[in-house]
Amino acid sequence: MKKFFSSALARGLLWQVIGFFIGAGLVTGIRALMGLTTTDTFFFTEPAWVLGALFGALSFLVGCGVMDDWIKWARGIDTHDNHEEHWHGWEKYINVSFDHKVIGIQYTMIALLLIAIGGTFAMIFRTELAASQLQFLTTDLKLFGQNGPQLYNTLMSLHGIVMIISILLGISGIINYAVPLLIGAADMSFPRLNAFSYWIAVPAAITLVSSLFLGGFDTGWTGYPPLSARAPVGMQMFFMGVFIAGWSSILGALNVVVTVLRMRAKGMTAFKMPIFVWAGLATSIIAMTATQFIGLAFQLVMFQRLLGMGFFDPTKGGNPVLFQHLFWFYSHPAVYVFILPGLGVISELLPVFVRKPLYGYRWIAMSSIGIALVGFVVWAHHMFTSSMNEYLRVPFMYSTLLVSVPTGVKFFSWVATLWKGKISTPTPMLFVLGAIVVFLMGGLSGPPHATVSTDLHLHDTYFVVGHFHDTIFGGFVFPFFAAIYYWFPKATGRRMNEFWGKVHFWLMTPSFFILTFGMMYVGLLGMRRRIADYDPALGIDTAHLILTIAGFAIFFSVLIFFINFFYSIKNGEKAEGNLWNSRSPEWQVPSPMSLHNYPTPIEVIGEPYDYGLKDSPYTRFVEAPKGKGKH
Amino acid sequence: MQHFVIVGILVIITTILTYLGLDVAGLAKQQHPIAASAQSVSIDQLWQWEMIVISFLFAVIFVPMMYSLVAFRQKKGEMKDGEHMEGNTSLEIAWTVIPLFLVVIFAYLGGWSLGEVRRVDPQALVINVKGQQFTWTFEYPEYGIITNELHLPADRQVVLKMTSIDVIHSFWVPEFRIKQDVVPGRITEYRVTPTLVGNYKVRCAELCGTSHAYMENAVIVNTQADYDAWIAEQAELAKLAAQTPEGQGRLLTVRNGCTGCHSLDGTPLTGPTWFNIFGKTEEMNDGSTLVIDEAYLIESILNPNAKIVAGFPSPSVMPAFVFSDEELANIIAYIKTLK
Ligand code: HEM
Ligand SMILES: [Cu+2]
Ligand SMILES: [Cu+2]
Repeated sequence: MKKFFSSALARGLLWQVIGFFIGAGLVTGIRALMGLTTTDTFFFTEPAWVLGALFGALSFLVGCGVMDDWIKWARGIDTHDNHEEHWHGWEKYINVSFDHKVIGIQYTMIALLLIAIGGTFAMIFRTELAASQLQFLTTDLKLFGQNGPQLYNTLMSLHGIVMIISILLGISGIINYAVPLLIGAADMSFPRLNAFSYWIAVPAAITLVSSLFLGGFDTGWTGYPPLSARAPVGMQMFFMGVFIAGWSSILGALNVVVTVLRMRAKGMTAFKMPIFVWAGLATSIIAMTATQFIGLAFQLVMFQRLLGMGFFDPTKGGNPVLFQHLFWFYSHPAVYVFILPGLGVISELLPVFVRKPLYGYRWIAMSSIGIALVGFVVWAHHMFTSSMNEYLRVPFMYSTLLVSVPTGVKFFSWVATLWKGKISTPTPMLFVLGAIVVFLMGGLSGPPHATVSTDLHLHDTYFVVGHFHDTIFGGFVFPFFAAIYYWFPKATGRRMNEFWGKVHFWLMTPSFFILTFGMMYVGLLGMRRRIADYDPALGIDTAHLILTIAGFAIFFSVLIFFINFFYSIKNGEKAEGNLWNSRSPEWQVPSPMSLHNYPTPIEVIGEPYDYGLKDSPYTRFVEAPKGKGKH
Repeated sequence: MQHFVIVGILVIITTILTYLGLDVAGLAKQQHPIAASAQSVSIDQLWQWEMIVISFLFAVIFVPMMYSLVAFRQKKGEMKDGEHMEGNTSLEIAWTVIPLFLVVIFAYLGGWSLGEVRRVDPQALVINVKGQQFTWTFEYPEYGIITNELHLPADRQVVLKMTSIDVIHSFWVPEFRIKQDVVPGRITEYRVTPTLVGNYKVRCAELCGTSHAYMENAVIVNTQADYDAWIAEQAELAKLAAQTPEGQGRLLTVRNGCTGCHSLDGTPLTGPTWFNIFGKTEEMNDGSTLVIDEAYLIESILNPNAKIVAGFPSPSVMPAFVFSDEELANIIAYIKTLK
């Protein structure tokens, strides 16, 4: 316990609270002087909450110490480039570390925590949906300043955004952990910036979840005004939380781009990079350049609420549809941010378990870049019914359909990789295969949204909900689990239990098919998105009951995963060698890896996936040139 | 070679089975809710073609994948690698170009279908629609009719001119297949030609707040004759009503959507019910009580925040309205009749 209270995390949290009160106090003081009201439903006024949240997040960063070195540099004090690790065991993960492996694990842990929170929210409202009429989220219920239906909206909205942030942190987790290992680097290009990107996500997550207690918000994760301009204070915490999490995304992505461009091992030319590195690069290019738009859009609504600037208020000459453009200009590319790393994991692990080269490596690499680029010009397919200029719907239909071409290339190449291999199916491979099939369902349910006229029926129904759960589970959740089962031994020197891993898979996958297929089914029948209650006349009560049961089955399977995960850290079977018999450099050294990764630099002398070709190693170790310890 | 033959046959079988499965579930030839508009024809047609292609694409990926898992499994204890195949450029080009063809075809069909849906009949019947939290109001401008139920004649194109007074809503009748957002500050257009007599519902499809789930109003499609009869009857009623203060008051409340939040029969909605409201003793949220009289009603309409009834949110969710003295008197006359 003492170790916890002296940790960076605890210090950060304490400072966040102090910072909050300074910010909120400042606004309240000024308002008092100006003769304005100083208290409101949730004690402080809205401006006080907003400035408090911002100050709190900034104070957290100062308090946890992630900026210490920068502050020292600013004061002209030198710091050790080669910082030492002071912490042992779990303490490492709640203190500031610059080691990319530690940061990768920190990201993964917070992502898992948010998955647990977001999943719990989903179970609550999924239970409410099990039958028509309101069962327990009724209008009589009063909690956190909300009645039942309002709480439903808050939980539904928070489920969405908490999961999205968790995905962003989860991909940062895998990328941070794996990319430097895969390219043979000792760390990321900017280790301090890397730590900063992680630590800023902590206050962001806290700010975001705090909205639940401040009246919540009823707009869904899309936060469209004018509704979001009228929602309770919780809305501002949502905007602020996402705004701050965006910094984490942008800075983290910048680091990845520079690392991939500058830190590769000798001989690793572009087309000799492991395929996951391509995916990480493509994702990071999007995250680095598009995140600003959602930040901006949210900031404008915050200002509209705080300062009365009518950006999106038609009575003041504003335009509500403009918000949707700004929002989707990020949020469409963002869905590719979510999935490209996952698709990279699929491509990276397939050859290992198929014992065959990745089929059409260059095509897969280029398709990631292709998806990333085309993904920038399809955003308005979310707005076919929005009342934007009618004729614009046609070009956006074309561009959206075009995305299926590079996506198809990936599928065909995966299938060709499987063909005539020597396939084995331990848990990570099961999740890779599951990912392919689930993502296929997501990809196939996309084009009916793209052709405008059919989307006029599908838009804002459960069909969309089914579509994107398929894409996100296939493109992120399944690969994320695959990556954890696969690299867990690398990180801990132990492996997760195979039996329970398989139980996890076989419980989750069929339930998930039932869930999303059922969602699409009820959507076609007239089930709208984001409603707490549905018309019994639609005849979808039974279907909804099945969906809820399937939802709980998924929840329990993930619970099994969690238990397996935490149990195996200390008690898993020892696995220090090349457990999966992989060609990748990180598996050529014992697990867990030491600080700065490889004892001597590596050099690329072959192709990454030459399985089945004798005497063709991918990398070899070279003696370090004496005296020049460069990293 | 033998592998390819087996997989080819399985792909064909799986395609057919997948499509049949979708069809049995009612999701292939039509998108389940019965089609009730001329616009739904091309939409359902396009949908059916898409389901065929999707069934095929599903089989093309899924079957060889499952086949490989069975046929190319590593035997127990075997440590061999698979065949060393790195790729094949012509194959890659093929599976880039063939899907590209499909994309072009569906881009064309998508455009065609959209054109069908948006086909304009200059003779279309115009109805004004207003969306607000949490109800719809329909105005038949030629007849001075204002209602909360949409009545439409079959086989005639109707154009709804829609706007919202608060947040974004979306007009969707699943049986008509099409939806269109209703945006404050603009007028959006919804063209539909109902073809099937029956009772449907317009269901708001854009999250608009607490009671969004219940923003559903009746849509009634009648034969032209029945529709004309309904119009005549309503127009008559409207004319009569316009001659009495209560009647005018009622029109004002419907036109302004008051009854979206205030019920007339005692059910609690977003705001207090109007049933038996006049002369009632009501408790306010500051604990005081008062008897509801004309002055209180006028204040509540013009400045909803002045006093708030216990149990309702503060600040009030009701917008402030602007009415002339005469209009206020009419509204109050109407409210007094609600006993
Ligand atoms: C061929 C591939 C795809 C096509 C053609 C496609 C098309 C579309 C279209 C047109 C919509 C808007 C539907 C509507 O709101 O009416 C949509 C929604 C969505 N798609 Fe996709 N999509 C594809 C792949 C993906 C992928 C890979 C993801 C990644 C996670 C994804 C995630 C989403 C999400 C999250 C939404 C809903 C957003 C919201 O309204 O909250 N889609 N998709
Ligand atoms: Cu999109
Ligand atoms: Cu609504």
